[in-house]
Amino acid sequence: MSDTRTVSIAVNGRRLERTVETRTTLVDFLRHELGLTGTHVGCEHGVCGACTVLLDGLSVRSCLMLAVQANGHAVTTVEGLAARETSLNPLQQAFWEKGALQCGFCTPGMLMTITELLAANPAPTEAEVREAVSGNLCRCTGYQAIVEATLLAAARMRGEKEVA
Amino acid sequence: MPSTWFGASVPRKEDPTLLTGRGRFVDDIHLPHMLHAAFVRSQHAHARIVRVDTAAAQAVPGVHLVLTHADLPETMRTRPIPVMMPNPIIKQPFMPLALAGSEVCFVGEPVAAVVADSRYVAEDAASLVTVEYEPLPVVTDARAAIEAGSPPVHLGSPSNIAARLPIAHGAVDAAFATAPHVFRDRFHLHRGGAFFIECRGVVAEHDTSQDSYTLHVTSQGSHRIKEGMLDLLDVSEHQIRVITPDVGGGFGPKGALYPEYPVCAAAARLLGRPVKWVSDRHEDFMSTNMERDQFWDMEIAVSKDAKILGIRGQLIHEQGAYLPSGIVLPWIAATTVPGPYVVPSFRMDVIAAMTNKPACSPVRGAGRPQGIFVMERLMDRVAHALGLDPAEVRRRNFIKPEQMPYKVGIIFRDGRPVVYDSGDYPTCQENALAAADYAGFRARQAAARERGKYRGIGISNVVEGTGLGPYEGATVRVARTGKVTVFTGATPQGQSHKTTFAQIAAEQLGVGIDDVTIVTGDTGTIAWGMGTFAARSAVNAGSSVYLASIEVGKKLKEFASAMMEVAPEDLELRDGQVGVRGVPGMQKSFREIAIHAISAPGMSNLGGLIPGLEYTAYFTPDQSTYSNGTHVAEVEVDIETGEVAIQRYVVFHDCGRVINPQVVEGQVVGGVAHGLGNALFERMVYDDQGQPQSTTFAEYLLTTAPHMPNVEVHHMETPSPLNPIGVKGAGEAGTNPAIAAIVNAVNDALLPFGVWITDTPVTPQRIVELLGDAALGRTR
Amino acid sequence: MKPAPFTYHDPATIEDAVSLLARLDNARALAGGQSLMPMMNFRLAMPEHLIDLNGVASLAGMHRNGGSVTIGAMTRQRDLEFSPHIAADLPIMAEALRHLGHRQTRNRGTIGGSLCHLDPSAELVNLAALHDGVLHIASAQGTREATFDAFAVGAMTTTLAADELLTAIRLALWPQPHGYCFTETARRRGDFAIAAVGVLLTLDRAGAIDRAAITVSGLLPIPVRLTAAETMLRGQTPGHEAFRAVAAGAATLDAMEDPYASAAYRRHLARILLYRAMQTAAQRARQGVAS
Repeated sequence: MSDTRTVSIAVNGRRLERTVETRTTLVDFLRHELGLTGTHVGCEHGVCGACTVLLDGLSVRSCLMLAVQANGHAVTTVEGLAARETSLNPLQQAFWEKGALQCGFCTPGMLMTITELLAANPAPTEAEVREAVSGNLCRCTGYQAIVEATLLAAARMRGEKEVA
Repeated sequence: MPSTWFGASVPRKEDPTLLTGRGRFVDDIHLPHMLHAAFVRSQHAHARIVRVDTAAAQAVPGVHLVLTHADLPETMRTRPIPVMMPNPIIKQPFMPLALAGSEVCFVGEPVAAVVADSRYVAEDAASLVTVEYEPLPVVTDARAAIEAGSPPVHLGSPSNIAARLPIAHGAVDAAFATAPHVFRDRFHLHRGGAFFIECRGVVAEHDTSQDSYTLHVTSQGSHRIKEGMLDLLDVSEHQIRVITPDVGGGFGPKGALYPEYPVCAAAARLLGRPVKWVSDRHEDFMSTNMERDQFWDMEIAVSKDAKILGIRGQLIHEQGAYLPSGIVLPWIAATTVPGPYVVPSFRMDVIAAMTNKPACSPVRGAGRPQGIFVMERLMDRVAHALGLDPAEVRRRNFIKPEQMPYKVGIIFRDGRPVVYDSGDYPTCQENALAAADYAGFRARQAAARERGKYRGIGISNVVEGTGLGPYEGATVRVARTGKVTVFTGATPQGQSHKTTFAQIAAEQLGVGIDDVTIVTGDTGTIAWGMGTFAARSAVNAGSSVYLASIEVGKKLKEFASAMMEVAPEDLELRDGQVGVRGVPGMQKSFREIAIHAISAPGMSNLGGLIPGLEYTAYFTPDQSTYSNGTHVAEVEVDIETGEVAIQRYVVFHDCGRVINPQVVEGQVVGGVAHGLGNALFERMVYDDQGQPQSTTFAEYLLTTAPHMPNVEVHHMETPSPLNPIGVKGAGEAGTNPAIAAIVNAVNDALLPFGVWITDTPVTPQRIVELLGDAALGRTR
Repeated sequence: MKPAPFTYHDPATIEDAVSLLARLDNARALAGGQSLMPMMNFRLAMPEHLIDLNGVASLAGMHRNGGSVTIGAMTRQRDLEFSPHIAADLPIMAEALRHLGHRQTRNRGTIGGSLCHLDPSAELVNLAALHDGVLHIASAQGTREATFDAFAVGAMTTTLAADELLTAIRLALWPQPHGYCFTETARRRGDFAIAAVGVLLTLDRAGAIDRAAITVSGLLPIPVRLTAAETMLRGQTPGHEAFRAVAAGAATLDAMEDPYASAAYRRHLARILLYRAMQTAAQRARQGVAS
């Protein structure tokens, strides 16, 4: 008999109730129970950052949390970033314009980490951006376009005129 | 015709889906009644399997099946996984069975599979499978493996040499005998694994009524997986379909047919339910093909003027326990050595040595990084010994553009002679040095020394055979909607095919890029395919898309001609219409033409033309087309801690005509990051019993954002004469020369201390060891 | 890599938590999860009972009493990082925390979790040794205190009994102004340190060193206080000779050896980092006095 709990979690603004086995990780809950497959599993030991989501607005590694620990909390995943399911927010738009993804597997984790960064620091320097994503591994892009996209998005979100 | 799409940095069609988390990777696939597999893997690097006891595992609630070798279908019990790149020169083409039967040859080799309601339960049950092993002697070092008296990596095998390749051209011993200068270096080069962020996986389905399989798999070539499965599953072509969904990085190792895939297929058939298996990272470390050690013993003979007279040496390449990619990796490494330089005589004795570790197969660069490293270190050696500028030594030895096409004299792994078709190596280096402000470097270095910092600059040149055959194909079709669909066996894992191929088709058919959809990696949509690896797709698939698009354009005009009673020569393709040149109102839309060409029951309007608007082209190159580049790295070394920071990194790169500059730039920068990792960080450690010591990302270190410099990428375009679109491959261009450029730079920084680096990765610890007392710095 | 099954408990009070620990066998406390969850995912840790402390509000928080600060075990590393009190009273902790993992690690990780896990190169463990930390421990039997030396005894081994819970750590504050420096060498930002050094010092009116505390971590399972060097430094003028003398002491330290870092390299780094930390701490002490 497995150990289960009923949890109430606000996911991307919608409150849900589910009964889960207590050993289910938060990332597996999001992906397989809720079908929100945008959050990815890369290592299950807390290094690669592909599983990054926001818990009450703060970035966490969802492979290192149990679903039951999110009870009573708010979780934001990549699916919750844009206003509508098929639109892009300014950060996603900047990623698109700058070619900041190739295989796309690390991308949701990057977006969540950078979302937290820009909420706390709307005018990061390049070094601060690189530091912020130092816990997100990417094997495709070499990070450069990700950094450029972040700086572009930050500038736009501050309402600044763009430099080509 | 001026380009609208070809050559434009079009934002990718793939991105909106991926950015909103709506990508569909293998683990995102949920099928009704799907079950989950976990594997039991060998804990010994070499052992006999005495007994496997699965009773306790089978009794776990939620477990549907436990498979051992004995439970597999007969063809899978007896037929090993096929070698994907066979070669008669391989004397011992060892390959594994889908599940090990009597012998295991590396830690991590699959021995049993559990299929259960969830991965959690499958792992619970897998931990209850008990395997009794009789440990056997383990071979872990490639050099020891080939010595007389070494225990065999595989029981009963007479030697641990899988293959020996002689590669030779010119009178090399004579050249050495009379050379004014001969230099020798021994290199120990270690590369690691691909470490894509998405691990490998498969969802296998079996349809009982059709007795056919569908496999969704993280591959780099759906058709190759399918071909390999036919004998294992004992099925005919029409009984298996392989579909590759979105893939989170491949870099070579995802191209292989791994044992887990046929096992899951067999399980799906036995259970009548889909079976999913996704590797976890621990399994990835243990069982995904990778690269590891190469031991090079090299000599270079030069004239008084530092011109190369000959190069000779030996490469002992650690192959691991199996040969899924044959011996392409050491072959490419050895044949890359000459690079862009005139090497009048050359001989390599290449030995592929088996060990009791996971199989070695190409990882981004496929041996070229090592070959380039050897050559570029030897060039710096010559420069240092003769008191010449390293750039000048290279300048004196370049193959000149007027010598193209240039026969190097050796045979490449595709069986063809190495013939560089085009490229301007001297100009490329000059451009790179200018962009890197090479001339001003010594002043920067001196200024840094006054601050107590040690700066170095390193150059590395690459010539890469890209666009490997045998072929890739594309079916271009205009459907009755009037939109264009392209089906290809190219199988991307981040290479942007869905955008770049759409650019090619849109250009040829005069439509918008949003009107073209590229469908990749599905064996059900096109008969033959090879896949996306080795920087081959722009050349092969791109050319096929181009050729097929042109033919479809002709068909559009043929039908339109009949419909409008105008000669085809007077027609042009414009904005999704076929119209009469010079007569703006007179045209038919693609949709109208498609409806006409597909026709309707009872009509007789086709006039002998083949129905539909479709054409399938397979581009079959005669040989590789050679891209080239120069990398210049500037580093700063903290001699007290040994830490290396890249200050500046410049790439000048020629991959012929560029379809999408932003895509190529992304490939190059990403490749440099990988090379940086190999130069400074990445190391797979095993103990002397073959037990992996590197099994997490805390131990095996990938390049992270703070370590990357801003890479300045510049293009030169020497169009390839070998394909209709003039392109050359770019996928490995960032990685190939990067290790050499960075290590050359580090060594340049440490020259005042008499340091000479011959091993990679170059860790801070290694630098401190090489520096000796000098590393004490202010604390001395 | 999925965890083995367990029974999950989420107590709301310290009392409930210790009562669970007292009656359950093979139970483990879950704090930030940044160390325990990877072990559970790998099935290197397979507790039958998991006691989630994240709901015990009274375990988090800091308060200052006189010359020390007491920090609740479940205080998040993030809260320490952004605390103005820590920045003012324990500036070395603010500096050390910037090296601790990544943003995601610190958002969940706790000081208590780090102390109980006792990784050889953990920044907070180094600081606990440096500040003569006193651990507050509770069980169903009551509470006790333990000095850092009595708490941390071996490789990732504390003297916490199976039924005990770390509730807080009390750190002795140094007078303001004081010189401080925490520095480490790791392969990449946020990685485990190969070697780390913490230095605290105060200067007398003449500018000589009045008191010093020095820890080296990453070499051995537990951080080492260089008490001999601390004594030697009293009355010394901070400068190249003093820094070099402290650094030279590293040569006699024992160090661990593993495939990624040799004992010799760890010792070498300790030497370099000791010099640098002493130099920075002295500079800050002088600046502090001047301001």
